[in-house]
Amino acid sequence: MINIEVNNRQVQAKENEMLLVTLRREGIHVPTMCHLEDLSPSGACRLCVVEVAGHPNLVPSCSFPVYPDMKVQTHSPRALKARKTIIELLLSNHPDDCLYCERNNTCQLRLMAEEMGVRARRFRGEKNNFHKDISSPSIVRDPAKCVLCGKCVRICEEVQAVAAIDFTGRGSQAQVGPAFNEGLNVSSCVNCGQCIRVCPTGALVEHSHLAEVEMALNDPEMIVVAQHAPAISVTLAELFGDKPGRDVNGALVTLLRKLGFDRVFDTSFSADLTIMEEGSELVHRIKNGGVLPMMTTCSPGWIKYVEQTFPDLLPNLSTCRSPQQMLGALIKSFYAEREGIDPSKIYSVSIMPCTAKKFEAERPEFSRDGLADVDAVLTTRELAQLARRRGLNLADMEPEVADNPLGSRSTAGKLFGGSGGVMEAALRSAFFLLTGRNLDELKVQAVRGLDGVKEATIDIDGLMVNVAVVSGLENARVLLEEVRAGRKDLHFIEVMTCPGGCINGGGQPIETDIEAVKARMKLLYQIDRDESVRLSHENKAVQQVYQEFLGEPLSELSHKLLHTHYDPREVLK
Amino acid sequence: MSAPLTDIQPILDRYPNASRDALIPLLQDVQEVQGFISKETVVSIGKHLNLPASKIYGVATFYNQFRFQPLGRYHVQICRGTACHVKGSATIFETLKRELGIEAGETARDGQFSLEVVACLGACGLAPLICVNGKFHGNVTGDSVRKILRAYRKEAKKEATNE
Ligand code: SF4
Ligand code: SF4
Ligand code: SF4
Ligand code: FES
Repeated sequence: MINIEVNNRQVQAKENEMLLVTLRREGIHVPTMCHLEDLSPSGACRLCVVEVAGHPNLVPSCSFPVYPDMKVQTHSPRALKARKTIIELLLSNHPDDCLYCERNNTCQLRLMAEEMGVRARRFRGEKNNFHKDISSPSIVRDPAKCVLCGKCVRICEEVQAVAAIDFTGRGSQAQVGPAFNEGLNVSSCVNCGQCIRVCPTGALVEHSHLAEVEMALNDPEMIVVAQHAPAISVTLAELFGDKPGRDVNGALVTLLRKLGFDRVFDTSFSADLTIMEEGSELVHRIKNGGVLPMMTTCSPGWIKYVEQTFPDLLPNLSTCRSPQQMLGALIKSFYAEREGIDPSKIYSVSIMPCTAKKFEAERPEFSRDGLADVDAVLTTRELAQLARRRGLNLADMEPEVADNPLGSRSTAGKLFGGSGGVMEAALRSAFFLLTGRNLDELKVQAVRGLDGVKEATIDIDGLMVNVAVVSGLENARVLLEEVRAGRKDLHFIEVMTCPGGCINGGGQPIETDIEAVKARMKLLYQIDRDESVRLSHENKAVQQVYQEFLGEPLSELSHKLLHTHYDPREVLK
Repeated sequence: MSAPLTDIQPILDRYPNASRDALIPLLQDVQEVQGFISKETVVSIGKHLNLPASKIYGVATFYNQFRFQPLGRYHVQICRGTACHVKGSATIFETLKRELGIEAGETARDGQFSLEVVACLGACGLAPLICVNGKFHGNVTGDSVRKILRAYRKEAKKEATNE
C-alpha cells in the first residue's frame, strides 16, 4: 500500500494500480466512457482526465499508475473544462435524435452531457451519412450514433473471441463494423449482445420484437403464449427500481397475464426436460463409446461459434435443442393437441435474457410445416418496456402460479440461469440414471460461482466423471483448442456464451454490473436451497409429459421434437 | 464479367510463419497483382496470419492506398495536390462524384468507371488535372469533365457493339 493525496485528502492505493481503480474504491467519481473493467485500458476517450501536480498536461486516470505521494485533483476547473469539451466534441456530429432513441433513458452520452452542464451546441460538425445495419436478427447497429469508444470491439474480441467488428476507415469516415461494411448477419457475430451492454449510446441495440408481440396480443384469434427463462425472475425487479437481489417469479406470471398472454409457461420446465434428454445422452455416450467430451447446447451464441470456428467439434455437441426450442416445440405439438388448439393459432413468445435467442428462434431447424416453434423473443429490457407502456408496475402484482404442466419446474432447471447450472443439474440426474440413487449432497460447489473456467471430477459409484464449465467464448476457445489438441480426460463440458451465464446475458438491463450479476446468482442458489423439488427427474410435470406424450428420453418422438443437428457454417471471418 | 482472380497462394508463401507485421506488405503485394483487395483475399490473409477479417479490413481502410473493388474499365484519378486545390479541384471532384454516382475508392456498378483521389500526379502545370487510364486531361472545368466522361462512355458503347 502507498499513500497518495486526492482532492486534499490522504488516500491509500495499491502499488502500481491505475489511478482510476483507487478513485473508484474510494468512491470518488470520475466519468469514463472507454473504460472496461478487467480489460486493459485503451485511453481512447480522455474523459477520465484529472490533474496531477507536477504534470503539465492532464492525465487519463484509467491508464495512469499511482505513485507514492502523488497529488491529484479530480475536479479542478481545468479537468472539468476538458471533460465538458470532450462531450461537446462528441456531440458535434451526433444526430439530434434523443427523443426517438431507444437508449434515451440509459444513454451515457446524454447523461454525461447533463452531468457536465452542456447546454448549447458549441461545435457544429458535419453529420455523417452512415447507414443503419438491420440485417441481423438480434442486433441493430447505427454507426451514426457511435462515439468510437471501442468497447464493443474489445468485448467482442477479448471476451468473446469473435472479433466480428472493428474500427474501419478513418477521420470523419471512421466507424465500427464488420469487414467490408457487410451486414452483421453475414459476419462472424454470434448475436450475444454483450456489445449492446457496454455501448454507451444507442449505436447498438437489440432487434426489437415488441411491435409483432403487440400485434399478436391484440389479435382475438390468437392464443398468445409466454415462456420465461430462468434468469428473468431473478432480474426483472431491477428494471422497476429495485436493488438487485429480489426474485419475482409469481409477480412475473401475473404481469404476463395482465399484459394479455393467455398462457404462462416456464422455460425452467424445459430445462428439466433438457436434463432428462441430455443426461440420458451423456450416459449413452459414456456407456457406448460415443463422442466425448459431450458439450452443452443451451446457448445459441456458442452453437454458432462452434459451427463457424470449430466445425470439426460439431459431433461433440449434444443433439439436444435448447430449453427455449424444446418448450417451443412442445407448445405447438403436445400442448396444442392436448387443449385442442390449432397450432397455427398459437403465437409463442419467449422472454429471454438474451439477444442470440432471437437468432435461434429464426433458425430453419426450428420450424415445422412452415410454423416457427417460437414466434418472437423479447429481452428482459423489452418486457419491462412493454409493462411500462401499459402502466403496469411489477410491485403491484399479486403473485400467481404458472399454467400446467409446462409451467412447473424443479430448482435444478432454475439453476440454468447461471454458469455451472446446467452442469449441476445434469450431474444430479446423471448420477440417478447411472445408480438409481440420488447424490447425498446435491450441491456441486466446484461448478458454482462466477469464475470463467471451472473443472470438477464427480465419483459416480467408481466411474470418475470429469467435467468443465466455461463461460465467455474466449474461455471456451482456449478449452476447445485443448480438446482439438488431444485433451482426452473430459466427459462433459458446459459452455455459456455470456460471462457468468444468462444472468449476465446480452438482453439484461444495460446497467448490469458485477454486483448485480452476483446478486442474481445468489438468488438462484437460494431458490435451490429453499425449495423441495431439486431434481429434474423428480419434476412431476416432466414425468407427466413423458407418460402422456413423449414416452421416454431419447424416444423417437423426443428425437423429432427435442433434438436436432448442426452443420458447419460459412461466415465472413 | 470480371476475370477470375489470380491465385494469391504464391504471395502468401513468400511470408512463411508471418505475423501481424506482414499485413501491410501482404496487402500491397496482393493489390499489385489483383488490382484490389477482395473478400477472398481478406479471408485467406486472415487464415495465414491468424487475424480476424474485421481487423484486416480495419487496418486496410485506414490507408488510402487500398481499394476493395476491381478497377473500372476507365480508372479516373483526380489530383488533390496543392496546385490543383488552388485551381479548384474540389469542385471538379464533386462533379466527378455526381456524374459517376460513386465515391472515391469505388467502382460503378456497371464496372465502367472507378474513381481515385491521388496526392499529386506530378503535372502541376496542367492544374486542375484528371487522369483516365494513364491519359492526362489538364485545365479541366466542370463542363470539360462532363465532356470527357461522355467521350469515354461513347467509346465504351462503340466497343461493346463491335464485340
Ligand atoms: S445515443 Fe444518446 S445522445 Fe445519441 S440520440 Fe440516443 S440518447 Fe441521444
Ligand atoms: S453481439 Fe456479440 S458477437 Fe456480435 S458483435 Fe456484439 S459482442 Fe460481437
Ligand atoms: S458502437 Fe457503441 S460501444 Fe462500439 S465503439 Fe461505438 S459507441 Fe462504443
Ligand atoms: S476512460 Fe480513461 S481514456 Fe476513456
